[in-house]
Amino acid sequence: MTILTEQHAKTLLQKVLSFSKADQCECSLDGQVGGNIRTARNTVSTAGEQSDLTLAVQSTFGKKTGVATINEFDDASLMKVVKRSEELAKLAPENPENMPIFGKQQYLEPKSAFDSTSNVTPDDRAQAAEDSIKPSKANKLVSSGFLQDATTFVAIMNSKGLFAYNKATNVDFTVTIRTEDGKGSGWVSRDYSDFKRLNTKKASQVAIEKSISSAKAKEMEPGKYTVILEPAASVQLLSNMFGSMNQRAADEGRSFLSRKPVAGEEGGATNRLGEKLFDERVHIYSDPMHSEAPTAPFAGDGHRVAKTDWIKAGKVVNMPNSPYWAKKTGVDYSPTAYTGSGLFGGPAQIIMAGGNDSLEDMIKNTRRGILVTRLWYIRALDPQTLLYTGLTRDGTFYIENGKIKHPIKNFRFNESPIVMLNNIEALGKPQRINGSMIPPMKIRDFTFSSLSDAV
Amino acid sequence: MQRRDFIKLTGVGAGGLMLPMSGFAVSAEQLLDKPMDVAYKKKLADIALNAAKAKGATYADARIGRYLNQFVTTQEKRVDNIVNTESAGIGIRVIANGTWGFASTSNMTPDSIAKTAEQAVAVAMANAKFQTVPVQLAPVKGVGEVSWNTPIKKNALAIPIKDKVDLLLSVNDAAMSNGANYITSILFLVNEQKYFASTDGSYIDQDVHRLWAPFFATAVGKSGFKQRTGLGNPVGMGFEYLDGKEEDKIRISGANVGYKNSYDMLEDATAAGKQLQAKLKAKSVEPGKYDLVLDPAHLMLTIHESVGHPLELDRVLGYEANFAGTSFATLDKWRSGKFNYGSNIVNLFADKTQPYSLGNVGYDDEGVKTKEWDLVKDGTLVNYQAIRDQVHMIDQKESHGCCYAQSWRDVQFQRMPNVSLKPNEQDLSADDIIKDVENGIYIAGRGSFSIDQQRYNFQFGGQLFFEIKDGKITEQIEDVAYQSNTQQFWNSCTALAGKSDYRLGGSFFDGKGQPSQVSAVSHGCPTTRFNNINVINTARKV
Repeated sequence: MTILTEQHAKTLLQKVLSFSKADQCECSLDGQVGGNIRTARNTVSTAGEQSDLTLAVQSTFGKKTGVATINEFDDASLMKVVKRSEELAKLAPENPENMPIFGKQQYLEPKSAFDSTSNVTPDDRAQAAEDSIKPSKANKLVSSGFLQDATTFVAIMNSKGLFAYNKATNVDFTVTIRTEDGKGSGWVSRDYSDFKRLNTKKASQVAIEKSISSAKAKEMEPGKYTVILEPAASVQLLSNMFGSMNQRAADEGRSFLSRKPVAGEEGGATNRLGEKLFDERVHIYSDPMHSEAPTAPFAGDGHRVAKTDWIKAGKVVNMPNSPYWAKKTGVDYSPTAYTGSGLFGGPAQIIMAGGNDSLEDMIKNTRRGILVTRLWYIRALDPQTLLYTGLTRDGTFYIENGKIKHPIKNFRFNESPIVMLNNIEALGKPQRINGSMIPPMKIRDFTFSSLSDAV
Repeated sequence: MQRRDFIKLTGVGAGGLMLPMSGFAVSAEQLLDKPMDVAYKKKLADIALNAAKAKGATYADARIGRYLNQFVTTQEKRVDNIVNTESAGIGIRVIANGTWGFASTSNMTPDSIAKTAEQAVAVAMANAKFQTVPVQLAPVKGVGEVSWNTPIKKNALAIPIKDKVDLLLSVNDAAMSNGANYITSILFLVNEQKYFASTDGSYIDQDVHRLWAPFFATAVGKSGFKQRTGLGNPVGMGFEYLDGKEEDKIRISGANVGYKNSYDMLEDATAAGKQLQAKLKAKSVEPGKYDLVLDPAHLMLTIHESVGHPLELDRVLGYEANFAGTSFATLDKWRSGKFNYGSNIVNLFADKTQPYSLGNVGYDDEGVKTKEWDLVKDGTLVNYQAIRDQVHMIDQKESHGCCYAQSWRDVQFQRMPNVSLKPNEQDLSADDIIKDVENGIYIAGRGSFSIDQQRYNFQFGGQLFFEIKDGKITEQIEDVAYQSNTQQFWNSCTALAGKSDYRLGGSFFDGKGQPSQVSAVSHGCPTTRFNNINVINTARKV
């Protein structure tokens, strides 16, 4: 059994702490169980089930810390892992940035685990895959997909009285459906906490329609265009931008949020906290209690997390940091929620506020523009300006007078999310994608730099 | 090991008590414990194979793995993290009713192993209801009980932690004394102890070692900051790779030092500091057409992206369509026997046998003896990379031996072997290749690499860029990326250096599959010239 109840986890961690001789000790349990099924060429290719439970112990003497982990749980093993972490701590050099562990915390209680997901069987997965493949076959299309479900839990306890526990479930489904001649390709992605909400047949219909309508793509000249980015097209750019918002990197002069020295000014701010860098509609935050995309209500060190604004009204209002850097610079510690380790760990959750318009409404309200299903192979070109490159994929369409006029060949883009978030024309209703909530966005002057023959 | 787990383990990610991926940390001396007895592994593997057969499997294989990692991470003057991990378990793969099934467990009691084998058969049978084409395996003759080891000289796990910390801190000091403001340096050591058994009658015990010592340095100037990563390569070697022998250094006039089979990390860090200061002052490239001379520490990744991936047969056939993509190098192009992948001096080959390479093993993860084969011969596409359940689709009878799983817990599938560019038979140097260039750019190190899902359109950058004027390297420049089409690019290949210049580069974390798995792969090549390539300027004001 790799998923422990709160009480079982507490009892086990109390026993672990009872073996500790260190100045400070913190221990955690991380359990995962899940399964997956993969399909290609309209049939099943591989499938499997995996599970794991790991105990980590961090012991500290003064400013010397050691970490050891184990996946055996008899008393001898528990004593061994505590002793091992203490030995490592004694061998480690002093870390001048070592910080004390946190005391007891009060946590929010998000609804992040659903029995429907924990109870998925190999037959359920096979049926969900078949529900996706069948309509693809009926349309003489070729389907390749992936379905993965997981139940995870994390529990943290330390010698200062902190105890945290969270259980979560997730299911991710993606499918790519291509025409037999390889000239059309459509894709769809769905992720939920609750397996009951997943309808692979309905979701696959989106990919089927895109596949059929993306064949016979026409070439358009690269250049600057108004685009409608579906949430899957912008999530990675926004996630990368959020990952570059660390306060320390900014203060040290190596981030897009570093403040350039002002001539004649002594001291002063080292980062751009409080500056308006984006369109005033930009509001990006985290919230463990979000009903569509909940997270653990604590960080990896057990510190509580609550709703936190990062960018509000276009201004940078908070920057993620570490306890050490927060103390050194005299600001509050701003952690992000723990999103798991190993197979089912994910990126930090971000929520971007939007409006109420659906994607269809946004297309209707567009005179000329390009609809982008998703972006692929995104790589950084310049960390100072967050300039990224990548390509459109699996459904790129030209919009004219409120209607999709025809499919177009894929483009390479060279663009920065900073520019994007200054060129907002409209924001639609946020949707869950990769554990985050992102609205479809209409952006003007998005830079496409070259054409690709890829379908 | 996934890339994000590596980031967490090495402390580059957020703070807190981060768990290693699936293993458990152990003290250094325990990493050297005697591995599990081979006879015992055979006994456990037979339990798995027999249980699977008893439930109706027509084929089964079992992989018992003990995976050891050690990471040492330093930043500037401090040690951030020292982590030892160990992960042990068994992965069982079966064919039942013509369909694959897989299950894995870390609980290696005989009962648990038998149950896991039965679970793998149950998964296969559940999926068989919707399977349309039965799995067809190329035959492999059982090899009995055999073993293979990476030929290392110094077991990196046996080197004292203090020596590793001292090396990394001296690397940081060298970079910072010469112009860097910040630096992260890491030692990443891997030992895969793998035991493979199958119903074909093979029992294969292998001990595989890999090492990577990257650094990431930054200099902050008045108008911004610049970064430079190390030019060392991940390798299938022991700690001897860090000996930095003079005979392994190739000095390119006016540019960088290239490293063959050993790496002088201290020398490279010193150069990085100086080159960072030069980067802060360097002129920005004028966009346009240039002749490019590509150093092996850069070209290896271009080979990886534009040759290695498009010639993976599972991509070509559509098995990766939902993730990594498909390929422009379709079966009809290969069948024609006339598809010009590159100019007639381009010869690309695959192998899992080159000494010091990341792909080097005796047998792959489905028990096939490894070998070398041609992919592109005299510029023409001649073959792909394929494993046992794929080769029948390209009318071949023998697996190429390039099946791999990142751990015992993951199912094995087709992964890229080493893919390399043959050097010129005439033993030319890099300087010989540069001397005919009137207006060109020399590029070293791996930078930003992006390519579409069928591997046509790419845009690649590097770490170091030098202007070439009238046959000589003149000065360092910045903001360079080249943008091209795979077939057009390889057809513009006009000159290759010779075997003395041939070097292996590699990728430690090549990602593929769902759930995503990483593998490590090397690419050998000499310094190579490509004429008239489109170069863009990547600087932008926001």
